[in-house]
Amino acid sequence: MSAAVLPRTDAALSVWRLRWRRFRRHRTGMAALAVLALLGIFALAAYPMQWFGGFDPDATDLLARFDPPSAAHWLGTDEAGRDELVRLMVGGQISLLVGLLATVFGGTLGLLIGIPAGYFGGRVDAVLMRFTDGMMSLPLLPLLIVLGAVDLTKLGFSPEFARSGAAGFWRIVVIIAIVDWTSIARIVRAATLAVKERDYVRAARASGAGAADVMLSHVLANVATPIIVSFTLTVGRVILFESVLSFLGFGVVPPTPSWGNMLNNAQELVTTAPALAVYPGLLIFFTVIAANFLGDGLQHAFDPRSER
Amino acid sequence: MTAPLLEVTDLGVSFPHAGGRHRVVAGISYALAPGRTLGVVGESGCGKSVTALALVGLVPAPGHVEGSIRFDGRELVGQSHAAWRALRGADIAMVFQEPMTALNPVMTIGRQIAESLVLHRDGMGWREGEREAVGLLEAVGINAPRDRARAYPHQLSGGMRQRAVIAMALACGPRLLVADEPTTALDVTIQAQILDLLQDLQDRTGMAIQFISHNLAVVSAIAHDIIVMYAGRIVERAPVEALFAHPLHPYTQGLIATLPDPDHRVARLPVIPGSVPDLDTGGGCRFADRCPRADAACRIAEPALVEMAPGHLVACFKAGA
Repeated sequence: MSAAVLPRTDAALSVWRLRWRRFRRHRTGMAALAVLALLGIFALAAYPMQWFGGFDPDATDLLARFDPPSAAHWLGTDEAGRDELVRLMVGGQISLLVGLLATVFGGTLGLLIGIPAGYFGGRVDAVLMRFTDGMMSLPLLPLLIVLGAVDLTKLGFSPEFARSGAAGFWRIVVIIAIVDWTSIARIVRAATLAVKERDYVRAARASGAGAADVMLSHVLANVATPIIVSFTLTVGRVILFESVLSFLGFGVVPPTPSWGNMLNNAQELVTTAPALAVYPGLLIFFTVIAANFLGDGLQHAFDPRSER
Repeated sequence: MTAPLLEVTDLGVSFPHAGGRHRVVAGISYALAPGRTLGVVGESGCGKSVTALALVGLVPAPGHVEGSIRFDGRELVGQSHAAWRALRGADIAMVFQEPMTALNPVMTIGRQIAESLVLHRDGMGWREGEREAVGLLEAVGINAPRDRARAYPHQLSGGMRQRAVIAMALACGPRLLVADEPTTALDVTIQAQILDLLQDLQDRTGMAIQFISHNLAVVSAIAHDIIVMYAGRIVERAPVEALFAHPLHPYTQGLIATLPDPDHRVARLPVIPGSVPDLDTGGGCRFADRCPRADAACRIAEPALVEMAPGHLVACFKAGA
């Protein structure tokens, strides 16, 4: 109760502090954060392994195919005799980054479409949502083929960039973002429709707030919960989606590894070398689970009413 | 009497309906001077709230406002969105009915109060606004305002929330406060506190208040003048003492008769028979079907608002009969 007990910090700062405090109390959320941090460290460990350990994720050794774990290859080797551990690490960099970036880009696009559609309603809503429906109804495969075939040099990128691995990476991020924003847009629109009828939105308008103010400061914070949930569900889907794209040849092109294409390659070997499917499968599994629990924790952190 | 701050003339609001237009309120005229409180009374659906929304330019989308609203000599009807935004919250502020839902659940109280300061004052930042919010919370009688400014709405009691909502409305020192049923969702004891607070704030700032309620007793406690609305029309307008001493319209008389009187306990409070008619019932007095005095003439033409005594207007053919 007494004013002296509470720290007198800048109020804007303390909102984030409060969120962090609520998040810290959420055990599974904290555990999920730890797991994701470990996965990130695992993926980044590829660099010291390559620089100092002399491991090369692409070095083949046809005399050592399907080797069991050994001192030289801690998790054994794959069908081309490449070190499985280093490939998992390098693949993790790509899969985690694709998962994160594609979700953030797709989600942002979904927010930019969904919030105005729900808030303004009427014609704006009709146009934006019919556009969304149109995107959803496009058959995925032909769309991917077209997007995958886009010649980057024609878009003004240098030929060196277009041939580089970075181009393939960004291509995949953009493709997934374009395909994936629609569901978030619809969820956000529905949530916005509910929020905009609330009295506090009317009250904000009665104090002179314009549409942009209301959408940024009132609607966004109140649709955070469904957004976070759909974001975390999307991360897992995106990582698997990347593997599908890679399988079709639009994504990360072998020999560059990703968890998705490693899992795909291992499918035909599942009877002879099941471990090659199990490793990337487990890593994807942990990532998806951790992302979902992280979402739980974030939801808890962003809702001031959750403070017991 | 000082020059009116707000002058409403022949205000009407209509919504498109079944090919035509549905007039929800019509012929609303009144004036409000600084430092005065106008009470607007009527039952649910009589158009009180729509009238209030018209004052801040927030009549929902297909609705159309006609007539004239002059605020400080300036015509508000038909002004641009930008002009409305500059006016709302700065010169005319509004307090809503439900203190729980009128506050954003995921925003601290201080930030919500600071919002209109940041919107309307040049060069006002959030940090400064939130500092000022503490002072405003203190002004509306909240203890430990520094802590409350950092609290979220669910951490405050109902009465405190309504105080916070009032602090929000008062942030920029409005000259007109439109309070739409500000005490309806509160306990009786808290109601009295909020009424005292509004009274006190008015004494200090000299703002005009338009106080809307379905509760005649509450309105009479704070208002100087009262408008009684029925089915989208003003049926009687009078200073509060005159209204209670000599209610002229049968509807007002009915409302006053239904107030519980602690000195004369009765087993059953009287009621006004019937319910509010559909709007647009055609010609005739809208109250005729429920009126004990209505006769054939009442159903042919609609009675105009006429001044029966100085400042006391009524729309009834049988007034004073």
